[in-house]
This record gives sequence, structure tokens and C-alpha cells, in this order.
Amino acid sequence: MDLKDLYRDVIVDHNRNPRNFGKLDPADAHADGHNPLCGDRLSLYVNLDGDRIREVKFDGSGCAISVASASLLTEAVKGKSRPEVKALFDDMHSLLTQHDSTVDVSKLGKLAALSGVREFPARVKCASLCWHTLNAALDQQAEPVSTE
Amino acid sequence: MSARPAPRPSSFDVAAIRRDFPILDQKINGKPLVYLDNAASSQRPQQVLDAITHYYTHDHANVHRGVHTLSQRATDAYEGTREIVRQFINARDTKEIIFVRGTTEAVNLVAQSFVRPKVGPGDEILISGLEHHANIVPWQLVCEQTGASLKVIPITQSGEVDFAAFEKLIGPRTKLLALAHVSNALGTVVPVEKFIAVARQHGVPVLLDGAQAVPHGKVDVRALGCDFYCFSSHKMVGPTGMGILYGRQALLEAMPPWQGGGDMILSVSFEKTTYNQLPWKFEAGTPNIAGTIGLGAAIRYLESIGLERIAAYEHELLVYATQRVQEIPGVRIIGTAPQKAAVVSFVMDGIHPHDIGTILDTEGVAIRTGHHCAMPVMDFFRIPATARASMSFYNTFEEVDALAAALEHTRKVLG
Repeated sequence: MDLKDLYRDVIVDHNRNPRNFGKLDPADAHADGHNPLCGDRLSLYVNLDGDRIREVKFDGSGCAISVASASLLTEAVKGKSRPEVKALFDDMHSLLTQHDSTVDVSKLGKLAALSGVREFPARVKCASLCWHTLNAALDQQAEPVSTE
Repeated sequence: MSARPAPRPSSFDVAAIRRDFPILDQKINGKPLVYLDNAASSQRPQQVLDAITHYYTHDHANVHRGVHTLSQRATDAYEGTREIVRQFINARDTKEIIFVRGTTEAVNLVAQSFVRPKVGPGDEILISGLEHHANIVPWQLVCEQTGASLKVIPITQSGEVDFAAFEKLIGPRTKLLALAHVSNALGTVVPVEKFIAVARQHGVPVLLDGAQAVPHGKVDVRALGCDFYCFSSHKMVGPTGMGILYGRQALLEAMPPWQGGGDMILSVSFEKTTYNQLPWKFEAGTPNIAGTIGLGAAIRYLESIGLERIAAYEHELLVYATQRVQEIPGVRIIGTAPQKAAVVSFVMDGIHPHDIGTILDTEGVAIRTGHHCAMPVMDFFRIPATARASMSFYNTFEEVDALAAALEHTRKVLG
């Protein structure tokens, strides 16, 4: 286990200076996510153009991995259609959880920086919380998402 | 930052003690293990491991059942532990020592068997804002079941239970006071004697959650004057899945059984079942015999070192760890009561406790991060979580230095 695999420069940077941090009010879609084990809480706000994400913001508090992952998510999904977001969700799920993941990291851009998380099983939920929360927002779920 | 010379009590041979704990002698991520998560669960000495192995290797059979030799040996060892526990906490009689799964089960037993039958709408159960979830949720369940209300004594910025507020909250509606003896999240030693004295004046029975107190100093239930005292084996170098409910005999006698089954009966027919006497009335089913014997060995081990000496050494560790952690820029210690167990709970500016925990683990240092099953305490301090280093008598001043160095490293990685 090398700490550098987890806290890569991109992640440290996005934790210190999270992008698209704040609220969208009004928002077309919104969901809250909670990781009760470590107390991470985040909210995602989405504005849509038809099928496509026009704007996305997040706020809340959490560990470096959860904040950086949410920040990277907002950059990655802006402008994408629902099916494209779903495909990206599946890729990220594979990247974060499967050692033999066949996902082509070269097409993931900065999100590839999260590949080291799978070496730290206790931290996978930190990185995936925002993705589950985005799904919930797009599905208009009323109940907050929990990692437990 | 240079490590300062630490005070070293000459009479305490920590090196010899560490040789009793085989688990401590290993490397984690290439670094010597520094185990500072003792408030979550302690480690076990070889003496406890040997007692359990010896029991399963030579003496195992079911207890209270057979006339054969093994059953008699198992029963002798099992019941012998009851006397060891009685002496350990200075209870009056072994009838007052109930073997349970842990502190959580002990609290639930009292909630369901003692409190539930005698409370209703308008009655109040009083706890503090310092409690572990195990001393909150069982009372919430009773309140849901009966219509009674849960009242909470607030805590102060230093992490103490507000005594003045307590004196205002207790009254004729109060049917039980349930308090932590030592806070698991912050380490606060609650001056329970003061609270018990006031509860006595009001005729209110008192339950103490002693899970964090028993491993770290001498506990005398009769001197305390409490009605119930609950603690867990696994936090006091004993096996998991084992704990003790102490209750005053008169109260236990009047309480109905909590769980039904074998061993808690004298005779069973479909028309009428006669319950067993104390303490077996509360021990339905085949118990945790090996865990009980292991707990007996754990108590013997702690007593061989001496609880007073353990408390004195751990206090030195606490003072040193508090100083070393405080020196690190951006660190704030949560819980600054004048009387504390060897627990240092803290937050670091701009660095989430979860990240501290991961980075420390890569340095071989094991601490707990999170809400410590005390979410109301975190809410009070408006923090999502803390990092908590909790020390035991087998920890060393060098390990405190390793903690401080790992925290400095954390600042470099993420600061």
C-alpha cells in the first residue's frame, strides 16, 4: 500500500480547492448522500437541458477522498446525457471496486486518479458516495442515499 | 520537532508486559504496530489465550448439565469466574453477577426487565449527552414501548456532564438515571459519586455504563453505591462476546426474566414453569463458557499488575500524549475535562479524521476515527467525527512519539 496511490496530486488539489462547490437554487434535481461510518455528508444539485446535465454543483463536508471525488464528478458529468452518465457510473464502479477492472482509464481523464482507492477497501465508499448521490438525484429519489 | 524525554515510572516494566501480548509484536505496512485503539477493543495477553485453549483442549462440556467429569470441570471454571468477578468489583454476592454478551446486552436487560414494567406516560429516564449509543438506544426503545420520555443532561465545552443542569432535571418523574462512568468518545471521567448522591435523595435508581472505566482503574460497586453496573470483557484484555451485569440483589430478585430457555428454569411444564434463582434466572441457554473463563483469566492478569499501578501509568501516558498531540499545529483536542482516562480525541484543521486514520495506518499506527458510537457528542461539538488515540498499560512513551510523528507526516501529505 502506497499512500501516494491514494492521495495523488489531483486528489489533494481537488480536496483543497473543490470545483463547482456550492448550491444551485433552484435546481432541477437534488439529492443528499450520507456515509454514517465516517460522517461524510454531501448534497448534489443538477440543472438539466432536456436529457443533458447543464450545470452541477455539490456542497457538504467529508474526507479528502469524498470531497475530491465529488469535485472530479462535477467536472466529468457536466454536458453529459443521462445514458453517458450511467456508462460513466458503471466505469467508476468497476474502477473503484474491481482489481481486474477492464475499464480503459485513458478515457476517464482526471477521474483515473481515483484508481488507487481500490487498494484501500475502507475508503471505497468515500469515493463512490457522490456517484450514488448523483444517481439518486437523476432518479429523483426522495430518501437520502446512505452507504450503509 | 524533537521528541522530548518522557517521564518513565521506574516500577512499571512495560517491556515485560508487552511480551505477554503476542499480537503487539508485528509490523503493519512495514512499520512496527502502534496499537492506540484500546477504547474500541483491547488486545489479549497469552495468559488469556492459554486459559481459553486449555479449557477447549481439556475441560469442555456443557455447564450445569451433566454428572460427568468434564461437565463438572466446566461448571467449576464457569462458576469460579463469578467469584473472581465478584471480588474484582467488590459485589456483596455472586448472585449479583450476571454473565451477558457485553455492556450493550447488560443495558438492554435492565431496560427491558427493570425499567419497562414500571414506567409509563409522564415518567422520565435520565441520561447524559456524553453517552455511547448503547446507553441511549435501549432507553429510546423503552420510551417507545411505554410512552415514557427520555431526558438528557447537557454537557459542557470541556466535555463534562453539567451537574447544575442535572440537579434541575432530576425529579419525581425520574425513574432511572443511566450514566457513563467514563466517556468512550472523549475520555471524561464522570464524577458519578456526586450524581449518585443526588439520585439517592430522590429515590432514583442508577445504572452506570462502566465499559471504559473497568479496564483503567479500581471499581468498587458498593463504594459507588450504584444499583446496576455494566461492563465488557473485550475492553479489559478478555475475550469478545462476554460482559457483566452487576445488579443489587433485591432489584434483580424482583425483576422478571428477560430471555427464556434452558438453564434459567427450575421446572417446566406446559401449565407452569418455575424460574431458576439468581443469577441463572437471567442466563438462558448455553452460555459463553470459554469467554467467561477467559474473562476470569483477564481479571487475574490485570490484578497481577495492579489496577492502581495501571491507572497511574496510563495517566502518565495521557499527560504525555496530550502534550505531544497539542504541539502539532492545527490540532484541537476535543474533551478537556480535568479527570480523563487515557483517551485523546482530536481534530486537525482542514484534514478529515478519516484521512488521518488512513495515513496513520500506513505508518503502522492504529487509531479510531469517526463518531465513536456517540453521534450526539459529535453534534454538540459541531464536528462530523474525531480522531481518537486511546491508550492502555501496554503502550509506551515511544509509541506516543510515533503517533506524533505520524500526525506530522499527515500534515505534510494533506496540509
